[in-house]
Amino acid sequence: MGIQQIIESINASAIKTDIPRIDIGDTVAAHCRIVEGNKERIQVFTGIVISRSGRGINEMITIRRIVEEMGVERILPMNSPRVAKFEVVRRGNARRAKLYYLRERSGKSRRIADRRRGLKHVGGEVVPSNA
Amino acid sequence: MSLMLLGTKLGMTRVYREDGVNVPVTVIQLGPCTVTQIRTAEKDGYSAVQIAFGSIKPRNSTQAVIGHDAKAGIEAKRYHREFRCSADDAAKFSVGQTLTVKDLEGQMFVDVTGTSKGKGFQGTMKRHNFKGMFASHGTERKHRSPGSIGSLCSNRGFGGGLKKGKKMSGHMGAERVTIRSLDIVRIDADQNLLLVKGPVPGANRGMVMVRRATRLYRSKANKVAGKKPE
Repeated sequence: MGIQQIIESINASAIKTDIPRIDIGDTVAAHCRIVEGNKERIQVFTGIVISRSGRGINEMITIRRIVEEMGVERILPMNSPRVAKFEVVRRGNARRAKLYYLRERSGKSRRIADRRRGLKHVGGEVVPSNA
Repeated sequence: MSLMLLGTKLGMTRVYREDGVNVPVTVIQLGPCTVTQIRTAEKDGYSAVQIAFGSIKPRNSTQAVIGHDAKAGIEAKRYHREFRCSADDAAKFSVGQTLTVKDLEGQMFVDVTGTSKGKGFQGTMKRHNFKGMFASHGTERKHRSPGSIGSLCSNRGFGGGLKKGKKMSGHMGAERVTIRSLDIVRIDADQNLLLVKGPVPGANRGMVMVRRATRLYRSKANKVAGKKPE
């Protein structure tokens, strides 16, 4: 076994297989596990995916949402056990790999249009707007 | 009892603990090593154990090494290193014995020694963490220079010159570095893998020496004491 295969065999057990297809511009709900003392609860962070980086176990996802007119971004490891699950709420039509331009936008221009084409890879489902 | 093993640094990755904490780890393929010689005080003047690791083609080795390793009943190995131990401990090893990563089970910390990556000729800022000169305030072409290296009366060595060891520019890296008290994250006996927390000196595929932690940092010693009172 080569070096890379050995390292990947270590990572294999930690890499999640149940992550749905997430594209840039999609609105995603990340269910984060929050531990307070002995109690554990789930906090949902919903926002637009503006960036994905890294590969395999190092893959990170940046989710941006607006809270009280303030932009909040969370960079989450896709394979962290602290994220219980990712849920795609809405498919957005983004034409770039990184949507950093959204940081400068406000009001109507901050929105991303629904995606109506190119959804074959997710089984052709077209999520209606206002979902 | 002291124990050292030889291995190959494979690279770094990350591991999630049960509580979800992300731990950066270095993967080391450790052993199996073979004991090739026992040094004794009577014969060699000191007591130590010599171990061998890593395959090498016989035609790339030497007759001396081939013959030496044949005494332990193995093919010639690439690396041979010794670790010192007391005569009583050395007597517990026997020539031809195989040491594997399993022998580190139950340990919490290890020391890792390797040869750091060579950086070539480097200035004082990179090599000794000097701060350099001002970026502005009239500084010209001297932003990364070390500044004054002392007058005749300070740092004085013999004959009015500078003391040896004065920190200056020069060759950096490619030297033996030991990182002490690294946490063992996981041991995989099937694949001879050792995962330690944090980085380890040297490039991937480089040879590293891993020994039981000899002298823990105080914080880690307290941690051990708190967990396992002695």
